[in-house]
Amino acid sequence: MTTNEALFNFSLRIADDNLVLAQRLAEWCSRGPILEEDLAITNISLDLLGEAEDFYEYAASLGDEKKSADDLAFLRSEREYFNHLLVEQPNGDFACTMMKQMLYAGYAKHFYEALLNSKDETLGALANKGLKEVKYHFRHSSEWIIRFGKGTEESQLKCNKAIEELWRFTDDLFEMNATDKILMTQGISCSLMEIHPLWKAEISHVLDEAGIAIPEVNNAIKGGINGLHTEHLGQLLCEMQYLQRAHPGAKW
Amino acid sequence: MTEEEKLIRFNSLIEQDEKIEPKDWMPEAYRKTVLRQMTQHAHSEVIGMQPEGNWVLRAPTLRAKKILLAKIQDEGGHGLYLYSAAETLGMDRSTMIQQLHEGKAKYSHIFNYPTLNWADIGAIGWLVDGAAIVNQVSLQRTSYGPYARAMVRICKEESFHQRQGYEIMAHMMEGTKAQREMAQDAMNRWWWPSLMMFGPSDKDSWHTQESMHWKIKRSSNDDLRQKFIDKTVDQAYVIGLTVPDKDLKFNEATSHWEIGAINWDEFWNVVKGNGLCNHKRISHHIQFHNLGKWVREAIMAYAEKNNQLQTSN
Repeated sequence: MTTNEALFNFSLRIADDNLVLAQRLAEWCSRGPILEEDLAITNISLDLLGEAEDFYEYAASLGDEKKSADDLAFLRSEREYFNHLLVEQPNGDFACTMMKQMLYAGYAKHFYEALLNSKDETLGALANKGLKEVKYHFRHSSEWIIRFGKGTEESQLKCNKAIEELWRFTDDLFEMNATDKILMTQGISCSLMEIHPLWKAEISHVLDEAGIAIPEVNNAIKGGINGLHTEHLGQLLCEMQYLQRAHPGAKW
Repeated sequence: MTEEEKLIRFNSLIEQDEKIEPKDWMPEAYRKTVLRQMTQHAHSEVIGMQPEGNWVLRAPTLRAKKILLAKIQDEGGHGLYLYSAAETLGMDRSTMIQQLHEGKAKYSHIFNYPTLNWADIGAIGWLVDGAAIVNQVSLQRTSYGPYARAMVRICKEESFHQRQGYEIMAHMMEGTKAQREMAQDAMNRWWWPSLMMFGPSDKDSWHTQESMHWKIKRSSNDDLRQKFIDKTVDQAYVIGLTVPDKDLKFNEATSHWEIGAINWDEFWNVVKGNGLCNHKRISHHIQFHNLGKWVREAIMAYAEKNNQLQTSN
């Protein structure tokens, strides 16, 4: 793998995370628990969509074939998607969605922070742009988790269920492969092992305040960055890619 | 001031084209009429999120998805803004929502039609929002202050939506045969219902006279409808869409387009609840409102605990 190919894969991975999570959040449209939150969730979805587009465009500029950002988003199958397993998981209830959001935004925050020092200027600039947004996403979802943890018995129960359901996908966020190795030696990307404890400390702080315990389970599931996914991703892509697949070559 | 003096002051404000503000005295019938219209408007914005939301997960490009998400968000924002403005008339949002669920409050009949292909998203922006703008521009001069100011802000966003909708239609008309067919199909299904959005003809509209007198309504249904027709027919021609009206003709003498007869039976049938999506729209709203109950309870419980903490400190 050349550095260019690694950078292409790496940009796709970030773009895929953003797009898949944006798609999941968009599912809440007209389904929010209050109108204000309906707007907040779709607004976060819109932020992530913008980030996805930026990273796809960067990937498209690096690829050999003349593929556009839309080609990369709408014409790859689930085995060619490199997003983390966490973001493709179904929304579940509102507590589950916010827990997923908190876990992911906490990761993205530290990941983007580390990328600010990337020797690749574009990657650094895109990380800087994304960082401003995910900081807010993290705060927004953390506040909900604390509210639920200290709210009613029911909201606490739902939060506990959410962390039990999602925790198994968190190790996957810190997996690395050949792509990372190449980029790390060039100073383009960062070691996710170094980010892991920072992330853990920050989300533990939120969960502690909410009175929610991290489950002691040893059933981590991994594979996203190597194109191995849960069955949910295929369904998500099927819906998202419908028009591009049904009308090949059409312009929209 | 006696009741009579209050009424004289109210009437003179109306006559001088001054705005009525929340703390001003107003006749009960005026308050009720404005409240009915504003809540109906707010509910329409919120229910309108559903037919468009039906395509947000299937938008064909990243750009299209961003535009559609932002648009739906705007509509929800308009709903929020209008609910707040309507609350100044003495009813809280939860009561308004309850009335929507009980069928006591209405929303625009247009959102009971289904969105069946991507061009429907174009047609909603271009035709439905286009019709709404004509009405809302006129409402910028409505006599109730908070409503008039809401309209100024909302009109700015709606005109974006209208252009974005037209852009979708124009793109599809330049596209493949299947895309052109989708665009024409959407035009065929949305044209007449959009014309019906202005409400029954003036001679059959029982709300019009009273509302015009109080300057809640500033132009008649038929006048607004004609304005929309004249503007839109030409836009359809430019991109090669056929207006589905065999009687449509241009009257040189009046410089207006004249349309065939509107099928008001269809309109009333949908208003009465028999459109393809009436049941779905309301049951969807009720379903997710109920599903969110535990979240709202948690918010209240958390706020209560925080208050207690602050008091004990």
